[in-house]
Amino acid sequence: MAQTYRKLLVDPMVDNNPITLQVLGICSALAVTSSLAVAMVMALAVTSVTAFSSFFISLLRNQIPSSIRIIVQMVIIASLVILVDQLLKAYAFEISKTLSVFVGLIITNCIVMGRAEAFAMKNPPLASFLDGIGNGLGYGVILMLVGVIRELFGSGSLFGIPILQTVNNGGWYVPNGMLLLPPSAFFIIGLIIWAFRTWKPEQVEEREYTIQVAEAH
Amino acid sequence: MEGLISLAVKAIFVENLALSFFLGMCTFIAVSKKIETALGLGISVTVVQAITVPANNLILNFLLKPGALAWAGFPDVDLTFLGLISYIGVIAAIVQILEMILDKYFTPLYNALGIFLPLITVNCAILGGSLFMVERDYSFAEATTYGLSSGIGWALAITAMAGVREKLKYSDIPVGLQGLGITFITAGLMAMGFMSFSGVKL
Repeated sequence: MAQTYRKLLVDPMVDNNPITLQVLGICSALAVTSSLAVAMVMALAVTSVTAFSSFFISLLRNQIPSSIRIIVQMVIIASLVILVDQLLKAYAFEISKTLSVFVGLIITNCIVMGRAEAFAMKNPPLASFLDGIGNGLGYGVILMLVGVIRELFGSGSLFGIPILQTVNNGGWYVPNGMLLLPPSAFFIIGLIIWAFRTWKPEQVEEREYTIQVAEAH
Repeated sequence: MEGLISLAVKAIFVENLALSFFLGMCTFIAVSKKIETALGLGISVTVVQAITVPANNLILNFLLKPGALAWAGFPDVDLTFLGLISYIGVIAAIVQILEMILDKYFTPLYNALGIFLPLITVNCAILGGSLFMVERDYSFAEATTYGLSSGIGWALAITAMAGVREKLKYSDIPVGLQGLGITFITAGLMAMGFMSFSGVKL
């Protein structure tokens, strides 16, 4: 039993990562990663919402009529997100300002809905809770990775602490401003996916067309 | 009027929901394999967006804002914390109603768009549009313009993306980049293209 729980927790981080393999929850993954602190808060918020929504939905799974299950799931998720939103506004106001609409958008984050629908509706509460944490962490790992790359090379710092002395401050590093702009997040995730799939070749998608080598005349 | 036109241009090109705020990315990546389906989804999003943003604007102004309930005799009540749950409720309800109306009166249109409608409830672009409307404090006219034009911007982006991907499948891509990876990089290049609109003002 302990083995399955461990698998539930660890599996979504690499082998079944919600972002790189299931293509879920990218909506917010890209927008909040230009600084590491914000990315971390976002990762924590998503992890807690996913874990608790999976837990509560799984508790109620036998009572929810299947015809209105989406609405019920939505209400549970939205209430949890309101809770997170209010907590952030109370204890981390600056960060909640930077995250702006993206906290609210956790409601429509496909990871939360996806796990509720695919896992929590069929499994007992504890397993669903762990599955939620695992998927939240899988999302967090990618978020932090992108955040590290963008903040380190984009503004030469990590968590706001200067690591690479930038030219403006009398150092040697010329920051790459491109990395602070939206398009860079796409490139970085694309490259991360490439790296993941080179490491785990079984994740590679099939080609739709193969290029045929012309026969020699 | 000029303000509205400028807002529309900004919402379509400069602040494109898909390419500069990354909203609706899940569907943007998943449903952009063919131009026809992408266009169908784009149109559905535009329609839903054009209805939900003004609807949520009314809800905000007449029910949730501090002092908005003065007409009902509760001038001190502030219900803004209920915002998120009301917006998503409105969106889910409008999508459901739209689905029923299309099914009853416009069957061909329903057959074409029907499969996308349930997807739209969980499309971040829709909720995002409403949340941006709240954050930027739009008036009703601005909210209507913003809803319509941000929907058009999203539709434009996904159709263009589908066009690129239709050609892309013939090219020789490194094995690990196949599918998802190259799609992200293409989206990045498109986002760079859209960034060149920034600074455009009417």
